[in-house]
Amino acid sequence: MSAAAATDTLLEVERLTMRFGGLIAINDVSFSARSRQITGVIGPNGAGKTTLFNCITGFYKPTVGRLLLRGAGGMPFMLERMDGFRIGQKAKVARTFQNIRLFPGMSVLENLMVAQHNKLMHASGWTVLGLLGLPSFRRAEAAARDLAIGWLERIKLTHVADEPAGSLPYGDQRRLEIARAMCTEPVLLCLDEPAAGLNPKESAELNALLLSIRDEFGIGLLLIEHDMSVVMGISDHIVVLDYGSKIADGSPLEIRNDPAVIRAYLGEDEKE
Amino acid sequence: MTDITHGRNARTADTGPAAPNAYVEAGKEAVYTAVLVFLLGFLMVGYQTQVLQGEQMSYVTRYSDVIWAMLLIPAGRFLLTLTRFDRTLPAVVLGGLGFVYLFGAGVIGVLELPIYGSLLVPVDTLQPHILPFEQPMVNVIFGLGALFVFASAARTRRRKTTGGQSIDIREAAEARQAKVARNLSSVLGPILIIAALVIPLTPWGDRKLVDSLVLVMTYVMLGWGLNIVVGLAGLLDLGYVAFYAVGAYTYAKLSTTLGFNFWESLPLAGAMAATFGLALGFPVLRLRGDYLAIVTLGFGEIIRIILINWQAFTGGPNGIGNIAKIDFFGIPFERNPAEGTTAFHTLFGLEFSTAHRVVFLYYVIIGLALITNFVTIRLRKMPIGRAWEALREDETACRALGINPTNTKLTAFAIGAMFAGFAGSFFATRQGFVSPESFTFIESAVILAIVVLGGMGSQVGVALAAILLIGLPEVLRELSLYRMLVFGGVMVLIMLLRPKGLLSYRVPTIQLHKGKPKTMAPPIVGAVK
Repeated sequence: MSAAAATDTLLEVERLTMRFGGLIAINDVSFSARSRQITGVIGPNGAGKTTLFNCITGFYKPTVGRLLLRGAGGMPFMLERMDGFRIGQKAKVARTFQNIRLFPGMSVLENLMVAQHNKLMHASGWTVLGLLGLPSFRRAEAAARDLAIGWLERIKLTHVADEPAGSLPYGDQRRLEIARAMCTEPVLLCLDEPAAGLNPKESAELNALLLSIRDEFGIGLLLIEHDMSVVMGISDHIVVLDYGSKIADGSPLEIRNDPAVIRAYLGEDEKE
Repeated sequence: MTDITHGRNARTADTGPAAPNAYVEAGKEAVYTAVLVFLLGFLMVGYQTQVLQGEQMSYVTRYSDVIWAMLLIPAGRFLLTLTRFDRTLPAVVLGGLGFVYLFGAGVIGVLELPIYGSLLVPVDTLQPHILPFEQPMVNVIFGLGALFVFASAARTRRRKTTGGQSIDIREAAEARQAKVARNLSSVLGPILIIAALVIPLTPWGDRKLVDSLVLVMTYVMLGWGLNIVVGLAGLLDLGYVAFYAVGAYTYAKLSTTLGFNFWESLPLAGAMAATFGLALGFPVLRLRGDYLAIVTLGFGEIIRIILINWQAFTGGPNGIGNIAKIDFFGIPFERNPAEGTTAFHTLFGLEFSTAHRVVFLYYVIIGLALITNFVTIRLRKMPIGRAWEALREDETACRALGINPTNTKLTAFAIGAMFAGFAGSFFATRQGFVSPESFTFIESAVILAIVVLGGMGSQVGVALAAILLIGLPEVLRELSLYRMLVFGGVMVLIMLLRPKGLLSYRVPTIQLHKGKPKTMAPPIVGAVK
């Protein structure tokens, strides 16, 4: 049973097309991502990777296509029809950004608390009960705090919990953004170039963090990355985009030897 | 941040071996400035037109003023340019002396202190004066200019001694400033509250003072209310006075048509204003920063124009009069109360005095303001408060985390508007009369100025700014015509010296490590991301 569960299809992207005026950023792309797997999305610059992410996380409305997410308990969500924030709220898809988007003026711990907004909002009776200081709200707040502290320990930022998030070093901000996304308790975590700007040691730590998230929480991860050592090292499954179209789809080993991928990355030999 | 390093590089380049001589450069700048002053000022300052009897136009020449301006302004320019070349000493000394002399003597002149006419300056003669300008106020303004020269030179000096202002040092300085602001606030806050509570009982608490304080407290409350929208949620609202107007007119109508008293209509006025807050919120949801400011400004004007033009309902420009005055929870403050009721003074066995009502009004507005303050502080620590602040920091990230930006913004607008509605209905009962004139754009601007000047996130700062902004013009009444000029000068100075507000700091809403809460640098008002 567990073997079957391990390969549950989490996200199905079907014939996704995104046009901006005359520009076709994504052209008829289909693939699927499974839970308990890291699905890497790679491709040269301008291949449409971030656009794909923006479609999945509701920042863009796809022109054509279907995005089916099997949420917790097998509940289906049609992501292409949902408002941006509801994808995070109901379908439980979390994301990080290529250029880090923390709340720089708020403390590290506050960043993780804001991520648990919907849960706490509910517990505070849409603020009314919270203002009255009801014990049920205080318990929920304490639980949220514990969850945040757990993540701080995991990403080794407990000592700076009360510092403004904007004052952290770059690598720490990257990890904090991932922890913040995880505090929304997602079923699918989308990471847009998490290793960008990290040194090799930080990059290795990031790999370990992502693998531990996959194994412990059993969620699916979708990963855009340029750093091949990260993608090849931890992805279970890789999708390659080029000029908006999917050119390959398979395990890291298959991708490495795929002639279409090599052509896209290294260019075609002119003599042939 | 980048421009600072760039500026520093530029400066080191200037002082390099091939750098031009500082004095030559400054001299050039001064000459240019002198020419500019001449071109701009010769006709406007040099010739003052006068209307003589028989409606004949005539003019008096004021060449000496032009010449003085052509000497002093380039001198300031000269010193500022030297400062740019890291030669700050002349600017510090001359700027300081110039400020003390011009400002001091000018203020003596403006206040017409006895020594002005005799010792320092011969007022009514055209003899050469010791002071450059005939009009004392002009001297004060030039004194403030000298202060600016002094301040910028002193700042450059300090920066030099701390070894250049790198980003780290600037951040540290900001953090230090925030910490000072926080410590000051924690001392000042209780002092202000206690002072506010006891003032009417002290000998100084005469009717005039308490009346002024009622006005100040109204603005404190409005400032705290707007702080929710601007300070916490980061939504730059230039039409806040509209909700104040809605609250005032709600009470005015309820009182004059249905006979509601103040306490009955207070919640209704709040609810009505909150509804209008939602009504404004919906169309502006997609807007940020400057665009939001423009639309809210328009909304404020729409409400005012409706109030002027809807004659049948609002009384048009004449407003609504005969609004019931405040009563002591049902007991009227009247010398001869209506039959069957006991007046406040007979009930408590006091001599009748109109001051009773004023003092009671004062405590009511203090109570309302403190409720606003308390609710704001509580709300900040609620999930909704954190979401407001997160929205201010980064709306895109909020959406990615599943926070509903629509609801979050609307609650900020509605709650902010509700407090304005309370304040409005208080205003109506205090005046007994409302008209559209009380709700012009300038009111919105003043309230926003209070929030910005006080420093966002700082409740004490907002209170202080309200005292300054509303109280200062009252104190400066002596200066008559120059009142607003001095007032504007003070505001410019504050924004130059403390761009983030008088007492601005931010304390996290939740803390992990024990000990004194960390202090953070405050946000900037209306920053567009």
